[in-house]
Amino acid sequence: MKLTLKIWRQGGKYKGELVTYQLNDVNPHMSFLEMLDVLNEELIAKKESPVAFEHDCREGICGTCSMVINGYPHGPQAKTTTCQLHMRHFKDGDTIVIEPFRARAFPVVRDLVVDRGAFDRIIQAGGYISVNTGQAQDANSTPIEKDLSAHAFDAAECIGCGACVAACPNASAMLFVSAKVSHLALLPQGKPEAARRVQNMVKQMDAEGFGMCSNVTACEAECPKGISVTNIARLNREFISSEFGSETQV
Amino acid sequence: MNWFLQFLTSSIGRKVIMSLTGIFLILFLIVHLLGNLQLLHDDGGKAFNLYAKFMTTNPLVKTISYLLYLSILIHAVQGWAIWRKNRSARGAGYAVKVTRAVNTNARAASNMGWLGTVIFIFILIHLYQFWLQMKLNNLPMAEYDGKTAKDLYAIVAVAYQNLGYVVFYVVSMAVIAFHLAHGFQSAFQTLGLNHKKYTPAIQFLGRVYAIAVPALFALIPVYMYLFMN
Amino acid sequence: MILDGKIPAGPLEEKWTHYRSTVPLVAPNNKRRIDIIVVGTGLAGASAAASLGELGYNVKAFTFHDSPRRAHSIAAQGGINAAKNYRNDGDSVYRLFYDTIKGGDYRAREGNVYRLAEVSADIIDQAVAQGVPFAREYGGLLENRSFGGVQVSRTFYARGQTGQQLLLGAYQALSRQVSLGAVELYNRHEMLDVVVVDGKARGIIARNLLTGKLERHAAHCVVLATGGYGNVFYLSTNAMMCNVSAAWRAVRRGALMANPCFTQIHPTCIPQSGDYQSKLTLMSESLRNDGRVWVPKKQEDAKAIREGRKTALDIAEDDRDYFLERRYPAFGNLVPRDVASRAAKIACDEGLGVAPTGLAVFMDFSAAIQRYGQSKAHNAGMHDADKAAITELGEKVVEEKYGNLFEMYEKITGENPYKMPMKIYPAVHYTMGGLWVDYNLETNIPGLFAIGECNFSDHGANRLGASALMQGLADGYFVLPYTIGAFLSNEIRTPKFDPAREEFAKAEADTQTRINTLLGIKGNQSVESFHRRLGHIMWTYCGMARTAEGLNQARTMLRELRDEFYKDVFVPGANEEYNPELEKALRVADFLEQGELMILDALNRNESCGGHFREEYQDEGGEAKRDDQNYRYVAAWEYTGWENEPVLHKEQLEFENVELKTRSYK
Repeated sequence: MKLTLKIWRQGGKYKGELVTYQLNDVNPHMSFLEMLDVLNEELIAKKESPVAFEHDCREGICGTCSMVINGYPHGPQAKTTTCQLHMRHFKDGDTIVIEPFRARAFPVVRDLVVDRGAFDRIIQAGGYISVNTGQAQDANSTPIEKDLSAHAFDAAECIGCGACVAACPNASAMLFVSAKVSHLALLPQGKPEAARRVQNMVKQMDAEGFGMCSNVTACEAECPKGISVTNIARLNREFISSEFGSETQV
Repeated sequence: MNWFLQFLTSSIGRKVIMSLTGIFLILFLIVHLLGNLQLLHDDGGKAFNLYAKFMTTNPLVKTISYLLYLSILIHAVQGWAIWRKNRSARGAGYAVKVTRAVNTNARAASNMGWLGTVIFIFILIHLYQFWLQMKLNNLPMAEYDGKTAKDLYAIVAVAYQNLGYVVFYVVSMAVIAFHLAHGFQSAFQTLGLNHKKYTPAIQFLGRVYAIAVPALFALIPVYMYLFMN
Repeated sequence: MILDGKIPAGPLEEKWTHYRSTVPLVAPNNKRRIDIIVVGTGLAGASAAASLGELGYNVKAFTFHDSPRRAHSIAAQGGINAAKNYRNDGDSVYRLFYDTIKGGDYRAREGNVYRLAEVSADIIDQAVAQGVPFAREYGGLLENRSFGGVQVSRTFYARGQTGQQLLLGAYQALSRQVSLGAVELYNRHEMLDVVVVDGKARGIIARNLLTGKLERHAAHCVVLATGGYGNVFYLSTNAMMCNVSAAWRAVRRGALMANPCFTQIHPTCIPQSGDYQSKLTLMSESLRNDGRVWVPKKQEDAKAIREGRKTALDIAEDDRDYFLERRYPAFGNLVPRDVASRAAKIACDEGLGVAPTGLAVFMDFSAAIQRYGQSKAHNAGMHDADKAAITELGEKVVEEKYGNLFEMYEKITGENPYKMPMKIYPAVHYTMGGLWVDYNLETNIPGLFAIGECNFSDHGANRLGASALMQGLADGYFVLPYTIGAFLSNEIRTPKFDPAREEFAKAEADTQTRINTLLGIKGNQSVESFHRRLGHIMWTYCGMARTAEGLNQARTMLRELRDEFYKDVFVPGANEEYNPELEKALRVADFLEQGELMILDALNRNESCGGHFREEYQDEGGEAKRDDQNYRYVAAWEYTGWENEPVLHKEQLEFENVELKTRSYK
């Protein structure tokens, strides 16, 4: 199939603009990233600079790929990362616009590559359970209700890709933060420091310059793992109750 | 910083303020609607004017009304501040962007700022047209069973003979409907009131409310224009 | 060189307990003065950096990713083994040890493997305490499943994302240490050389991938947790950026590479669909709990399927060959990976492959769907349920168990695996070989440690499923933090190293030269094209089946390819910028050298064992023939430069507790 690509180029000789490329022989069984590989091979053959884009596992779990395709983070297919999106979902002759994830808190590094270090800093602020190696008791000493564990898992599936931020009209990181807060707050192991955790993480999230949640739910619609906005409600609940229902103050 | 202030200025705290003021305004709309429906009595405005008198003289209602003005102001000012902050959080915009949503109206949800601004302008005009006239004692007096009341009905009835005003009110109610379509359930979500069993009911109620209440509000000028000449 | 594994004396069961209690310690006040560099933040690296930070050392952790959470451990699907015996099915530390030694075809050290089995239970405890949401039963206790090569259920799992959840646990522990200031995190930094001062590893040269700046980092010791080298085959289940460079740079500085030819070919991957393909996707081994592997009995049926004239559903039950169940009745579909892979290859070699390329076999879930459906229907009291209802119930059970894997399969292939059997084919997955280390996980360069897949230590010639996660976390959480004391206790008087020293300057200059060389070639072929060709050579001649003739041929081809690479590669851009092509070029340059060592090792090992199958050494039934008389050793290679032959050092393997037997899964 033939495709017209309009790709955001930034860095090197490009100041930041959509550049148009033509691809004439795209196999529909290719993944989206393999299609970009082909483009880059062509550019390299012409001694031009290839399009920088981040990717690694190419099986939808590492969360590295970060592009907005025709206005959809990770492309139009629901619950699918860019690397798992295949060209069979496009039509011959299509024009595809490819842009980086956009948020003030995710500055563009080059072309389609953005810096998502803000997410790491949010986790560092409290997205963990404070247990040193060796301190643990026997794994079966605390039974956990199967459904509860499953809910925690649903939240823990977050791959930290940042599509929620890219999708949100407000560039809010609430879905990411809420997924981690929910994962840990739901489990008995995470309860002791739940109040500190949620306050610290929200504080860091605010400091990173993300927008505020107005419950648009675009984050859930675009999340490649389908993380639910019910987690955002839980984050709100956890935050409000930590402020009013506990003596914790960070 | 004091913990309470810190809470109020956090992103979630600011949203909680939006939510609480929003819920208060939602409740107010019902009271307002009940009053407005008095306009439909074919009694020359008696029921409506007596209601208006009660609302402006009862000390408890008066206190609540100050809370209402404050809520409107806070909801608007905070809303604009959040809108501004959120727009700047995006940074450089997208060339192409599609917003999809789950269980809410994506278009309404992502345009709450615009919708709210239109509603705020509507409220100003609305207040100028009726409330201010009453406050400035620009109204004639009417007498019912020996009691006097300001004849608010008189200017309402005049206004709703004007097709322009009728259209203006109907359009404004449509905007409010959109604002509510998202705002109603959003307010609960922000407070963390999300539950697998109850949330569908809240969402259903929100949809019904967002359609029914503005529709009834809009019905009044239309009805008066058509049938109460 | 005499290779001393430093296995502690004493009975097997007491080696680790005793050693752990006697290994020299570093006092808390001294730990604060000691710097440790950890390269890599996968399961092994993140768990080690976090644990060392908790102990009080100053840790610098390096990852070339934007975040530690992206390391490829995240993609591990199936599970993690632990000898908990929660199922009461006869599991024990000894049985896990025995299964691992046997599964590895008797090419691993008894002492190391026993220790691994011992600490396995602690890993589960640790992970649960960190909030890893392992699968649970209704009673709230942990669930288990079976994996290949064993007859007990000892695999703990978190849906099909066990690696992700364990890595996030380790990543969060690491993040906590970062927030406490114990670990300094260097993301988007790639290690390009090890700095050796007076014979001991004292630092690294790292390139800041955003600016291209070369940085010198000094420490008292260096820990490499940089994963395996499966990407030497170009197509593998490894992530695109997985590479051998950190380990290979250590080898260039004198570390030994052990058993490089031991690579694991995983039997259940989605087959290659075209030449544009950049990587292969694994379908978890756990699927073999319920998936039955088959090919048509008749070649004409296979041909009809290949040409699209028939589908799997058109083949009658009697015309199907469930070849794993037929050949290995005792273990059936759950034979170890090397055995299953080879059986699939044999079937395809016989013209029974079912993909257009001829390289695929079926993995079929219809029997499992019926079985689960019937059981569900029975539970629900539906005694006269029809087939459609049973199928629906069964599909729900299968979805609950493997939903995300089925979804992934459908996304990639566009076929619905609930209705149509999956097509699968073996692919490179893991490398058992790696840097030679002793019991302390220390390489032959003092102060240079290697953990996780990066070392060679625990899996012998074949790794059992769900053991990679176990080993990575065992090394990082429970082994290295103790054994590193053996080296560091002698370093408490060593002052901090000044990165301005001559050794650092020289290493940096060497690195700069390498970069300049690659950028200066300005040829006509892309790095990718060389990598593809390298992979093709390696897969064809050093893949699932190897011959002396083919390996010799491959060596010549590879040497020519390397020459061509240095004459004609084109690396766009400059060093002083974000330049993924340059990163790739540096990695492929190292793969080209590592590849040759793999070929030499495969040539040297005149036997078939585990993942290493030499066609000359097989019995009449096509099963591997091991040669314990002559090859019961670890082959550790010393690199002496491209123009010279590498030198082989042997570490004899002593088996005092298990009897060496022909591995049989029949």
